[in-house]
Amino acid sequence: MTRELAAVLMLAQRDLTKLLRDRARLVSELVFPIIFIGILGSSLQSTFGKALGYDFVTFTFTGVFAMTLFQTAAQGVISLIDDRENDFAQEIFVSPVSRYTIIAGKILGETLVASPVAIGIVVFAGLLGVPLAPERIAALAVGGLVAAFFGGSFGVLVLANLPNRRAAQNVFPFLMLPQYFLSGIFNPIVALPWYLDVASRISPIRYAVDLVRGLFYRGSPEYRDVVLQEPPTVIAIVAATFVAFLVAGTALFVRRERER
Amino acid sequence: MSLPAIVVGGLVKRYRGADRNAVDGISFTVGSGSFFTLLGPNGAGKTTTLSILTTILAPTSGMAHVAGHDVRTEQSAVRRSVGIIFQNPSLDQNLTAEENIRLHAVMYGITPYRPLYRLMAAEYRARVAELAGLLGIEREMFQPVRTFSGGMKRKLEIVRSLMHRPSVLFLDEPTAGLDPASRRALWQYLRETRERSGTTLLLTTHYLEEAEDADEVCIMDKGRIVAQGSPAQLKGTAGSAVKLEDAYLRILAGAE
Repeated sequence: MTRELAAVLMLAQRDLTKLLRDRARLVSELVFPIIFIGILGSSLQSTFGKALGYDFVTFTFTGVFAMTLFQTAAQGVISLIDDRENDFAQEIFVSPVSRYTIIAGKILGETLVASPVAIGIVVFAGLLGVPLAPERIAALAVGGLVAAFFGGSFGVLVLANLPNRRAAQNVFPFLMLPQYFLSGIFNPIVALPWYLDVASRISPIRYAVDLVRGLFYRGSPEYRDVVLQEPPTVIAIVAATFVAFLVAGTALFVRRERER
Repeated sequence: MSLPAIVVGGLVKRYRGADRNAVDGISFTVGSGSFFTLLGPNGAGKTTTLSILTTILAPTSGMAHVAGHDVRTEQSAVRRSVGIIFQNPSLDQNLTAEENIRLHAVMYGITPYRPLYRLMAAEYRARVAELAGLLGIEREMFQPVRTFSGGMKRKLEIVRSLMHRPSVLFLDEPTAGLDPASRRALWQYLRETRERSGTTLLLTTHYLEEAEDADEVCIMDKGRIVAQGSPAQLKGTAGSAVKLEDAYLRILAGAE
């Protein structure tokens, strides 16, 4: 047990070490969230802000924050494919630790990797004047952590179904882009036609975003307008889906690796 | 007579969607502490065999035991008892040599996890210093592996694969792409290791002179074993060839 835990920490540290040595990646991961919040959020605020009755920059910030953590962790886990193609994965996969340990280490590692980006987004939001009281920072920390772990488990499921890096590059945008709009990151979900409502309800990012907002807006007047489902419900959904993604994804991935 | 290190019986592997078996019912035994070599042209099934013996790949049928453990049902025990040098380098290029070794040491439970090198167990740090001395890379130990020469990377991989004192070491074309001096140095190191620890070696190679010292040689072609014996025996059956390479080429030509 201690060895498995040590292996999880060691694998996680490897990912963080690699990020810290890759400044270009750190900067590039911050660019998109900043464009989304700074340009999209601010321009929509000046156009629709009054009509909506709540601050659109804050709304976009919470959505982009959750989405970025989810996506960074998911992409990071999918990078196990790179390891496989660089043949480093062989070294990991012949070691005498459980496959779940390897996946857990990867998810923890990518959650750590997503943290500097998350901090960058929060600082940027602060500069744009988003009100950030200490309890809101705490809400972001908790919600963000859950979003990253959840994204990691989603990444495992995607990874298990992809044969190579090319497939990952082609498929990943198609899995993410619809979710951007179905999860209410920049567009408030008020009324959807039934088929989009179904699509929205099966979009994992929706729950990551909704949880972050549920915690962030707690006790504020906008809560009713921006939060789709109560946090306890969202947490239950996220927990069940997390376990399902993780178990199914790891089992599939291991089978795929061994039974070629 | 000690127990054999590897026992393979009727081993078959057919890749998904393939129309023929990559490994087609092979059987062999490798004695404990011996030096066994698998030879054969590209696509003969050597790497597939190694992948099955190291639990990376599941066999389609047949049995294989490594260090007394079944590769199907006791994967973890097999992994603990073997070391592997893969055909393609398996170092993380972005980590330093020491970080690559540390990852291995922690994954194999040799040393407890600590977040920083200077917090690692004194025994581990002493071992790293010893390995650095052995490889002559005292200065480079804390440099990214990316900056290393091909021969140095290979040596580092061998050193790493021996950290957990495996009883069987698999070497899949370990000297491919190395210059003659690096190849000679590597074999010198492997011979010393064998003398010191009695590790069983299973080698695949295209450099036939590397197999001259083997206790047993097995020639594979199209997934099957076409000849097996000591280098002297193989030379004898192939019309008293002088070099193993001549015997190898004649045997393969006869198998066509």
